[in-house]
This record gives sequence, C-alpha cells and structure tokens, in this order.
Amino acid sequence: MSAFVTLEGVDHAYAGANSALAVEGLSISVNQGEFAAVVGPSGCGKSTLMKLATGLQFPRAGTVTVAGEKVTKPVKIAGMAFQAPTLLPWRTTLDNLLLPLEIVEPYRSQMRSRKVEFAARARNLLTSVGLRDQGEKFPWELSGGMQQRTSLCRALIHEPQLLMLDEPFGALDAFTREELWCVIRDLQAASKITVILVTHDLREAVFLADRVFVMSQRPGRIVVERKIDLPRPRDLEVTFTSAFTDIVHELRSHIVKARQ
Amino acid sequence: MNRTNLLIKASPWLFTIGLFVVWEAAVYIFKIPVFFLPPPTAIAQAFVDYSGPLARNSWITLQTTLIGFALAVGFGMLLGLLVGWSRAMYAGLYPLMIGFNAIPKVALVPILVLWFGIGFVPAVLTAFLISFFPIVVNVATGLATIEPELEDVLKALGASKLDIMRKVGIPRTLPYFFGSLKVAITLAFVGSVISESVASNYGIGNLMLQAQAQFQVPLIFAGLVVLAIEGIAMYAAMAILERRMTGWAQRSGFAQA
Ligand SMILES: Nc1ncnc2c1ncn2[C@@H]1O[C@H](COP(=O)(O)OP(=O)(O)OP(=O)(O)O)[C@@H](O)[C@H]1O
Ligand SMILES: [Mg+2]
Repeated sequence: MSAFVTLEGVDHAYAGANSALAVEGLSISVNQGEFAAVVGPSGCGKSTLMKLATGLQFPRAGTVTVAGEKVTKPVKIAGMAFQAPTLLPWRTTLDNLLLPLEIVEPYRSQMRSRKVEFAARARNLLTSVGLRDQGEKFPWELSGGMQQRTSLCRALIHEPQLLMLDEPFGALDAFTREELWCVIRDLQAASKITVILVTHDLREAVFLADRVFVMSQRPGRIVVERKIDLPRPRDLEVTFTSAFTDIVHELRSHIVKARQ
Repeated sequence: MNRTNLLIKASPWLFTIGLFVVWEAAVYIFKIPVFFLPPPTAIAQAFVDYSGPLARNSWITLQTTLIGFALAVGFGMLLGLLVGWSRAMYAGLYPLMIGFNAIPKVALVPILVLWFGIGFVPAVLTAFLISFFPIVVNVATGLATIEPELEDVLKALGASKLDIMRKVGIPRTLPYFFGSLKVAITLAFVGSVISESVASNYGIGNLMLQAQAQFQVPLIFAGLVVLAIEGIAMYAAMAILERRMTGWAQRSGFAQA
C-alpha cells in the first residue's frame, strides 16, 4: 500500500486580521484505498486539513502531496460533501447529480452524446442510497437526510479517486445517520476509493475507518493515530460489542486530553 | 375561508374606488376649487376631452421608458457581472458607481440636452441612467454571496472561474436580478418624465407642464393617473416575469401569507 494523500510538516494560517496559525506541524499520511477518519476539538483545523489536501488552500510551510504530485492547484480528482448538502435549488435532484460531470473531463465533452447513459448512472446511484424515483424532485422537496444522500451521490458520480467528507452526517438524526454509515461503508467496499472523513462522532469514526487520527487544540496537529482492526465487513451490531466501545473510550480520553 | 379569499381579491379595487369616493366627497364638502384639487369626475372628464393627446403622449412616454429600461437591463447586467467577477473590479468601480448614483439625475438633463438637443434622446438616457444602478448592485450581490462550500465543491472538481459563474453564479443571481427589475422600471418612469418635463416637446411630462401653463388642472391630474396606470402595469409585468423565471426562489409562504 502506498501513501495517496500526504501532508508533511504543514503550517497554515488564513489571510485576515488575526493571522494566528490554524494548523501547525501537521503531518498525516493516508494510503490508497484506505478509509481515514479525523476527529478533534471544534476549531482545531479539521476542515482546514480538508482544504489543504484538496488544494483549496495552500500551506505556509510544509508540503502536500496527492497521488504522487505536489498540490499547487485544486486537485480535480476529489469528490466533496459537507455538513450542509449545498445542492442547487434550481436544479432537480438528477440534474444536481450531473453537475460534476458537466465540469470534469472526459465526461464534460461527452455530456451531449452520452447524456442518457449519464442519467442512468445517476439514477443507479440514487437507487443505491435509497432514493429511487426521487430524481425529478427538487432538493427542497426532499427531507434533510435525503438531501444529504443526494450530496453524497454528487460527490461520487464522477468516480473520484478521493472522497472528502466534512461532517456529512452531523445534521441528521441517529437512525438516518447509521443508515448512511452503511451506505458509505458499502460504497467504499465496492469501489475501494480513498476516503477522508472528518467527524465529531467517535462511534462513526470507529465504525467506518481503518485508521482514526486525533487532532490537538488549535493550532492543530495529529496527536494520536489509532488503527481500527475490527474485521470487515462490519455490521451495525459491532457498535454494541465491548471491543468497539473500548476503542471509543480510548479515543474519547485522547480528545479530553487534547481539549485541555 | 372562501369569503376572506374573495375579500383579498377584491380589496385592491375596493380601496381604489374608496379613495376616489372620499376624494370626490371631500372636494364637495369642503368646496375645494377645481383649479386647486379637481374631483375625480373632473379628471375623468379631462380624459374624455383630451383622449387624443393623452393617448399619444402616454405612448411616447412608455416607449421612452422601455427603451431606457432595456438599455439599463443590458448595461446593468454586464456591469454587475463584471463587478461580481473580480474583487479588483469591485474595489475600483464601486465608489465610482456610488458617487454617480448620488448625483440627482435631473441635474444631468442640461448636460444631455447640450450633447443631444432636447427631445427623445435625453429622456431615454435619463431613464437609463436613473435605473441601471439597482440592477448592477443586485447582480453583483448575487454573485458575491455564492456559498463558499459550493464553490469548494466545484473547485475541487477542477472548475474554472467561468464554470462556477455559469453553473452557479448566474442562476443564483437571477432572483436578485428579476427582483431589481421591479425597482428599475419604476425608476425609469421617473427618469423619462423628469426629462420630458424639463427638455422635450413630447410625452406625458411635457403634456403636464403645458397643462399647468394653461391652468388646466384636471388635465395635469389626468397625466398623473396615466403615469400611475403605466407604472402599475409595468411593475406587474416585471413581477409576473420574476415569478415565471425564478419559481424555485419563491418557495417561502412568507410573501404570500
Ligand atoms: N475562512 C477562514 N478565514 C479565517 N479563519 C478561518 C477560516 N476558516 C477557519 N478559520 C480558522 O481556522 C481555525 C480552524 O478552522 P477549521 O474550520 O479548520 O476548524 P474545524 O476543526 O473544522 O472546526 P469544526 O469542528 O468546528 O468544524 C479556526 O480557529 C478558525 O477560526
Ligand atoms: Mg469544520
């Protein structure tokens, strides 16, 4: 296994009035096909980490490498989903899904000739997250959970090599959230895509990830890296085993320490 | 329920008629002279007596206004896109535009007359100058308030600035744009009538000025009524256009309630 996303000794500060560092000496390495989760206190720089890894922000010091190349512009191979679904209200669900294909090559130039095929792909993806036949509806006609599923589909439609999820389930109720955990688990198992998930929910991190990274208080850096060797495929039942809760407790104590 | 609905439908007419009735009554009760405030019946009579000139001049005013307005839409949209496109553009142009907007447009009419002579052209240009500003501001605001997360999603796909503009910026600006048209069309009327009454031989503005010189007070008021009707009609047209084009942005029951 080779490193797919690497940050090495990265310092970053946002431009603006207070230019205190948001992250300092941040190093992290995520392997190809790995599912990584990042947890840490609020404001510690988790979203900043995502932006650095996708070339939406550039570090003040240190290097960011994705797929063997130093990142100097937005990476183009990433799909992203955030806490808010950020769908376009003037497009139907299906057209929202097609948006990345209208931008990413080679799909972009094939948009006209393969439109039917692309729409079919979008419908399949919707079906796989339990949104069959919802494609013609507008986002505002969907529930919050359904919008979030759509947002996930949009992040995946162009078959990216890297999936970046920034608290994508934060605004959902517990049951929907667990349902979507399974959706993500299956999608990742099927496509072997590299995933970096930022979350506040330690159970979510332990259930989904191969490795969990714990960040310190701002300025953020990785203080603990915990391999999760629960066997796959993991069933939701695993979250009630003592092995699982032990890991959650262990991570929790790290966060409590990091907050001090 | 049904009765309240009916009442809401009928209320604009009831209120308008009520206003005229009260007006008519007040003129009689307080014996207000016609040359001070003519009663609605006298204004109606003026409509009958001067139907020819009123029709001709209101048509001219409408044309002038619409041409000025069309120029404002085209130019305002372009400038708005430009200002919304780049921060440097915004920083450079905004103070200039605010300064320009602060100038009372009636003060520009003499200059326009100097350049183009009296008549049609200065009126069109005044309508244009007075009405483009709200369009620029609204288009620029729509572009400036794109959600940064959405921008990030697109950038991480390798979208260029032009892509983001086409896929997100312009569509999400449309509600702002169509909203501004309602303001702009009303202002365009103000502009053309100002210019007509200062520097033209045609139009409702000029007609009212002449009526005033001849002390035909009911005709002055008839001119006002014509302007009000044209203004309402154009405003309604813009409102319908807005609803047609940006139905997705009008979901909230707030405005309808
Ligand atoms: N656009 C920005 N401009 C200026 N400062 C920012 C910006 N975004 C984040 N910051 C600062 O950088 C620090 C890290 O922010 P970041 O969003 O990465 O935190 P986070 O770990 O994602 O927090 P949360 O868990 O609450 O989402 C914060 O202290 C914040 O104040
Ligand atoms: Mg965050």
